[in-house]
Amino acid sequence: MKADIVIVGGGPAGLAAAIAAAKEDNTLDILILERDHELGGILNQCIHNGFGLHTFNEELTGPEYAARFEAQLDDLGIRYMLDTMVLDVASDSVTAVNGKEGVFNVDCGAVVLCMGCRERPRGALNIPGLRPAGVFTAGTAQRLVNIEGYMPGKEVVILGSGDIGLIMARRMTLEGAKVKAVCELMPYSGGLKRNIVQCLDDFEIPLLLSHTVVDIKGKERVSSVVIAEVDERSKPIPGTEQEISCDTLLLSCGLIPENELSREAGVEINPATNGPVVNESFETSIPGVFACGNVLHVHDLVDYVSEESGRAGRAAARYVKNRGNGSGPVIKVKNGAGVRYTVPSTVRTSELDGDLVIRFRSGGVYRDSYIDVLFDGVNKMHRRKPIITPGEMEQVILKKEDLEPAPSEILISIAEK
Amino acid sequence: MDNSFDVIIIGAGVTGCAVARELSRYDCSVLVIEKDEDVCCGTSKANSGIVHAGYDAKPGTLKAKMNIRGNEMMTSLCEELDIPFKKIGSLVVCTDEANRGGIEDLYQRGIANGVPGLEILEKDELREIEPNISDDAVCALYAPTAGVICPFRLNAALGECAEQNGVVFRFDTKVIGIRRTDDSWTVVTDKDTYMARAVVNAAGCHADELHNLVSDTKYHITPRRGDYMLLDRSLDGFVKHVIFPQPTKMGKGILVTPTVHGNTLVGPTAIDTDDKDEAPVTSEGLSKVQEGAIKNVKGLPLKQVITGFSGLRAHEDGGEFILEEASGCPGFFDCVGIESPGLTACPAIGEYMALLVSEKLCLVKKDSWNGICRDVIKPFELPAEKRAALIKEHPEYGRIICRCETITEGEIIDSIRRPLGAKSLDGVKRRTRAGMGRCQGGFCSPRVMEILSRELGLPLDSITKSGGDSHIVLGRTKDEG
Amino acid sequence: MEKRELTCINCPMGCRITVTMEGDDIIAVEGNTCKRGYLYACNEVRTPVRTVTSTVRVEGGVSDRVSCKTKEPVPKIKVFEVMEAINKASCKAPVAIGDVLIEDCAGTGIPVVATKAVSPA
Repeated sequence: MKADIVIVGGGPAGLAAAIAAAKEDNTLDILILERDHELGGILNQCIHNGFGLHTFNEELTGPEYAARFEAQLDDLGIRYMLDTMVLDVASDSVTAVNGKEGVFNVDCGAVVLCMGCRERPRGALNIPGLRPAGVFTAGTAQRLVNIEGYMPGKEVVILGSGDIGLIMARRMTLEGAKVKAVCELMPYSGGLKRNIVQCLDDFEIPLLLSHTVVDIKGKERVSSVVIAEVDERSKPIPGTEQEISCDTLLLSCGLIPENELSREAGVEINPATNGPVVNESFETSIPGVFACGNVLHVHDLVDYVSEESGRAGRAAARYVKNRGNGSGPVIKVKNGAGVRYTVPSTVRTSELDGDLVIRFRSGGVYRDSYIDVLFDGVNKMHRRKPIITPGEMEQVILKKEDLEPAPSEILISIAEK
Repeated sequence: MDNSFDVIIIGAGVTGCAVARELSRYDCSVLVIEKDEDVCCGTSKANSGIVHAGYDAKPGTLKAKMNIRGNEMMTSLCEELDIPFKKIGSLVVCTDEANRGGIEDLYQRGIANGVPGLEILEKDELREIEPNISDDAVCALYAPTAGVICPFRLNAALGECAEQNGVVFRFDTKVIGIRRTDDSWTVVTDKDTYMARAVVNAAGCHADELHNLVSDTKYHITPRRGDYMLLDRSLDGFVKHVIFPQPTKMGKGILVTPTVHGNTLVGPTAIDTDDKDEAPVTSEGLSKVQEGAIKNVKGLPLKQVITGFSGLRAHEDGGEFILEEASGCPGFFDCVGIESPGLTACPAIGEYMALLVSEKLCLVKKDSWNGICRDVIKPFELPAEKRAALIKEHPEYGRIICRCETITEGEIIDSIRRPLGAKSLDGVKRRTRAGMGRCQGGFCSPRVMEILSRELGLPLDSITKSGGDSHIVLGRTKDEG
Repeated sequence: MEKRELTCINCPMGCRITVTMEGDDIIAVEGNTCKRGYLYACNEVRTPVRTVTSTVRVEGGVSDRVSCKTKEPVPKIKVFEVMEAINKASCKAPVAIGDVLIEDCAGTGIPVVATKAVSPA
């Protein structure tokens, strides 16, 4: 089998990358390989609204947002295969399997990695206790409720105040369950304020900051969990334990980019993002292999995934056409004080697709502080931000012309007043 | 229904199933009674998965004999029953020159027990074969005959093989009374009452209670909990052998080992408890596992943990395997105190117990007996051509359900339809590894539930994690009830 | 005089805003940092509304549930009544995005529409 570009994953990143690549060059043969039995990825189970404000200037639900993209595939001649799992990736070929073709190879000119992310499971959180039924990651529960139409439980405690956890607190409540508490290990929530208000406060669900689950009880099905307050080092404080009777514990404790394929292919991974190291074109350390969306770094807004993936898709299309790699200078993007990571890691000004967007996350909560951008130690931007939190992705946009002449290093840092 | 059997075996763990398979060679009727919903639900499901070489137990003990014999039998048994087994060798590491004597003692004990190939490796040799060994390591006892095995497949295969040779299994059936009537034994359960000429007590942590029901001699089992951490397969090769610290009186200590499937396993702790049925992981336990692990292996990335679990060892006060006809109870045979090296020893225990029972009942061997039993077909372990043919004929072998472990719908269906097939999510997991990977079933559990529901003809909300009331979902949305 | 406490949802600051009211009249808005916070607080105390999303039963489709939403936000106090109506509703496949599943949901005058297509089984 052959294709010019193979897109690994048909979720929001894959759809946007495929469409942008086809629009960049309508002669390209683009193939999306999707492991589920429908396109759209996680959007299918995100039936709440709030998607698309940036992309379509209206608030859509997840399935509607996905449908807007899917509707363009046929016109653009983009092919896709469902129930198809990619097993191996290289810059010029992808190996996959499905029930119809068996194991097959696709020879290709470029690959875009759009595998998304997975949730951190109970096992990775070292939560003590028994192992009864009734412990779910929030996303698994979301699939059961929203797609399959089953109730994971009736009395619920949620650990982790990430957005999926908050959204599920509301969904479970609306479907008739009692959500007794949301516990958050950190002294702040990683979720959007809007979700805290509309998913918890609206229903008087308590959000317990600096709390964690220290025991799970129940031999067959969860019968209760014990929660406790934690100290500054996130260690439970003895004497603060309280037992909450419930039949379900949902976990919303972080997302991990799914880079097993990338790692096996030899793609360099950034330990801060758990995603590939990429340049301005979202090209990984393997030429011709691109990455975008949550496989690259976990986003909080799907609109940003689509925008970023569009850039990656266009870059892949140009790569297939030109086979050329920019010969200009390479700028290194570095994280300074307060910045946990930046994407991209390097920039070739010759290859820039419009303005340079550098996305980053902070390592903590900063109030009334400044984002500084330094070119080789010289301050080029000093922007005041009333608040910066790890839960909200930040970005700086640098005009292409401002990068001439190119510095050898761009440093992003956060300075408190 | 005829509730009369020649032999009743109580417990479908590795011991019970090994005895059942060996007895199925004889012309007799055998019933296995299990309180849980499946084979491999107690001690057999949560252990280190190690085939021990046999240097630990005191020479002359049954523990030593059964370990050595079990180790000898394991290679051919694994071929017959299609059980993943890798003889990777073990190291008992000495990290303090002052304790070198302990390594030498262990070596001598191993020689006395008849363990082949033992060597004491010095620092440099040790580092060569195990690069990530602690810098403090001064020497180690190397035992080439130790290995790692899939405990789930071992248990299931022994059961399946027994079943295909006529052994009857009753699950979700708990023994509540046993009494001697005339020449036979009456076994009362929470479902039916059964009669047998002989009873084999292979009830794990509960074996002392069953024994004490019938015999004047009394045993006492302490459930000794062991916590473990299982690390991601991406660390495959970080350690290459089963790495033990020097043993203490509580056991072999916290080991670090590759599993037969390429994960890294760390544990167990040894904490005496009083609960024979529940084994919660505790934070103290996990801390001890972490402390223990880094003593012998440097730089072990414990952050890559994918799950923690704990199991119970059936520790009898005497510290020895009790494999005999119970005192004053003709035809009542005990397998009591089967803790480590029980997994290694189980084929030998099966052989030994079957001999005792067959002599007692004057059993004769059958003319034909089929000791071969294939595992679930794993398309990704087949050569490309065979796999292509398989998928062409059965497209379900091309549909991946568990992404992390690359497990197909075909494998899951097979695990449900086969003899003593899976009835729950955990049953499927133990037979196929679906849900055992790094996402711990986050993606695949709803799909495995669907397959179970379809194959078993049960509504989705009656599918359980592990039988009983362990329902995964509690009804439908929009339920007007 | 009545004081209402709110958390602003416009940005991660999450300002605690206190709105002082005299009947339906807003006397004072305090605690907001910016104009957006002021507007949010005024709307939220006068006419709080929410979009409700859930699923509706489907007969004869490849899936037996279809995701749905209220086409416009509904008054916040009506949310659970809207859910009751959604729980009772059902539709037949095929369903297209935007299909009206409930015309006037719980007397709000607002329809509930499908947000996903479901083809016939």
